[in-house]
Formats: sequence, C-alpha cells, structure tokens
Amino acid sequence: MLELKGITKKFGGKTILDDVNLTVEDGKILTIVGPSGAGKTTLLRCISGLASVDSGQFLLDGQPFDPATNRDNDAVIGVVFQDYQLFPNLTVRQNVTLAPTMVLKQSTQAANAEADRLLTQLDLGDKADLFPYELSGGQKQRVAIVRALAMHPKLLCYDEPTSALDPDLRKEVEQIILKLRDEGITQIVVTHDMPFAKAIADQMLRVEPKN
Amino acid sequence: MNYVTQILPSLLSGTGMTLSIFFWTIIIAIPLGILVGLGMTTRFKPLTWIINIYVWLMRGTPLLLQLIFVFYGLPIIGIVFQRYDAALFAFILNYTAYFAEIFRGGLQAIPAGQYESARVLRLTKWQTLRKIVIPQVVKIVLPSIGNEVINLVKDSSLVYVIGLGDLLRAGNVAMARDVTLVPMLLVGVIYLLLTAVCTLVLKRLERHYSFWR
Repeated sequence: MLELKGITKKFGGKTILDDVNLTVEDGKILTIVGPSGAGKTTLLRCISGLASVDSGQFLLDGQPFDPATNRDNDAVIGVVFQDYQLFPNLTVRQNVTLAPTMVLKQSTQAANAEADRLLTQLDLGDKADLFPYELSGGQKQRVAIVRALAMHPKLLCYDEPTSALDPDLRKEVEQIILKLRDEGITQIVVTHDMPFAKAIADQMLRVEPKN
Repeated sequence: MNYVTQILPSLLSGTGMTLSIFFWTIIIAIPLGILVGLGMTTRFKPLTWIINIYVWLMRGTPLLLQLIFVFYGLPIIGIVFQRYDAALFAFILNYTAYFAEIFRGGLQAIPAGQYESARVLRLTKWQTLRKIVIPQVVKIVLPSIGNEVINLVKDSSLVYVIGLGDLLRAGNVAMARDVTLVPMLLVGVIYLLLTAVCTLVLKRLERHYSFWR
C-alpha cells in the first residue's frame, strides 16, 4: 500500500502540487486525470523519485520512504514512460535483463529466463532479439512494461500510456493493465484520456491546474 | 625507379615517426577526451570553467605554436621534455581538447529520458554511463572523431619545427639535396595511403555500429 501525505511541490515560486493526499491499496489501479499542466506528470515523477518534493511524506506499507533516494531497499517503483525510453543500443531482451543482472545481481541465465517468460506473456516472445527501432509503438510500450516488471516493482507507474497509440491499441493497453491487476500488481496511471481512465480505474484522482 | 628505392628507406623511417606520434596521440587523447568531455557536462562550475579555458587555448592557437611553447618555452619554468616527448605532449594536449568538444556534443545528444529511465531501474551512474550512454555517444561521435583522426595524420608533420624527423621532413631533406620534386610526390602518396587506411578502418567501425539506430 502506498500513501501520500501532504505532498507539496513548487517550481520557482509556482505551486504545482498542493497538499496531495492519497492512498493506493495493493493490487489496485489508481488513475490520475486532469488537463495538461495540472501537475499529473509531476506527481508521478515525485512518486517515482525523479523529482523531489518540497514537503509531505511517502509511506510504503506503512513505512516512510523517500523515492528520490530510494536505492538499496527493494521498495521499487517501476515506471513506463510516455515515450518508453527503451535503450536503442540494446536488444529487447538486453533492455529487460540489464537492470536485473546489474542491480539485482541475477545470473544472466535466470534473468534471460524470466525476461523470456515475461515477454511471451505480453506477446513479444518472438521479438526478444530485435532492437527497439524494429518495433512498433505498441510493442515498444510492452517492452517498457516488461522491463519495469522484471525488477519486481511493488508499484508500476505509467505516464500517458495511450497518448502515442492508435485508438485500437488503447484497448490493448487497457487489457494489459487489467491483466496485471489480476496478478496483483499495484498500478498508477497518469492520463488525460477519460474513457480509458474510467475503464481501468479502481480509484481516480482528479488534479486541477493551480493559478 | 632507382632513385625511388634509394630515398625510400629514409622516407619510411620518417613514416615511422609520423605513425608513432599518430598512434600514441590517438591512444591517449581519446580516453582523455572522454573524461574531459564528461567534465564539461557536469554542473560543477569551477571545473567546466577551467576546462573551457583549456579548450579555448588549445583550439584558439595554432598547434605549431603550442609545439614551440612546449619544447622551447616550458624549460624556462624548469619543465624540460625530450623532443619526442615534447611533441607527444603537445599533440595530446591539443587533440584531447578537440575530442573533448566532440564527446561533449555527443553526451548532450543523449535525451534526459535515457538517464531517467536508467535511474528508475536503479542503475548506478557508472553503470548507466558504461552500458547506455557511452555506446550511444560512440556511435554519434564516430564521424567527427574520424575527421580529427585524418587531420592528425597530416598535423603530425608539424613536429619538424622542433627538429624531429618525420615523413614530410625526410622528403624535404631529399628534395633540397637532390633538387627534385620526386621525394615530395612520394611523400604525398604515402600520406594518401595512410589516410586511406584510416578511412577504411573508420568506415568499418561505423558499419559495426550500424546494427542499431
């Protein structure tokens, strides 16, 4: 369970996030919706440790933690970026296994086996040896999901997962996210796509731009 | 033809000097250039400031002048180099600056998202650099590095100014002695051969890195 208490974030005097409180139960999906510029992505960046907060507290399973310095414990938060940010110089399989082998110290064999299992699960079994440039947008996104999952995150965050996809691929992401929920993965999805948000949300947080 | 075989040994020995300067400069200045290039991208202002002055000095003055300063100037403050060491020192200083600028450009071409993506996967800075950033930078900078490498082959001829016997000087000596342009023609052919080899190797390298985009 992830809890945010009084999270506040300012950028050069402008308050982007003002006293955000929320709780995400294990295995549930929280969607964060709102217009552009409302601070959705900023909130996600704070949760995933890519941005620091000015005040407030994060609790994971009741324990306070600081996402920005969270390195050595296993309270991992995975992120699927809007533009995926796969590593272009590595194959799909290498993209997935890089962190498990280097950070979790898994053997190459074990990491490869797990990567192949996850890739097959997301219908990418035959893409393992391709490079990112050889994939379609939807495939890249699934690789990004697999790459995050391979680190066994307690929480998986998505930044605008539908924004770069064709309408029919939206349905596909929706199904993947719901399938991962069935497997017990806690997920936070930032989106401005309301029908999509409604289709997957257990819980919805609406953020509005501050003036 | 007889004349050619007569002067070829001295030209080839000059080529040895040219190659020696060339290889040692490449081997030392490229890794140094990566380090200095990294230094230029840090947010530690005093460091970037010092590096910028260094790069400005190296790129802003002729290499010939730098050679003269290293060999004739530094002894005034008690630093004495042998001729060859002086040449190498000046070349490495000069080429590191150019390589650093090239690597800085390459490093800045890597999107911030790549670093963030590595960070949320909890890769360390060093792992990120080694596995993600450097391989991408190498591919980006290869054509520009190639340009400098070819330049270096020809720049090495400047060592004559501190009395080292390189290829061009060997040709010069023969020309003055025998009053004929033939040695210089040969010198030109040898330079062309050297740069042709460099070009081929660089093409190979670029092809090697073309397996991803």
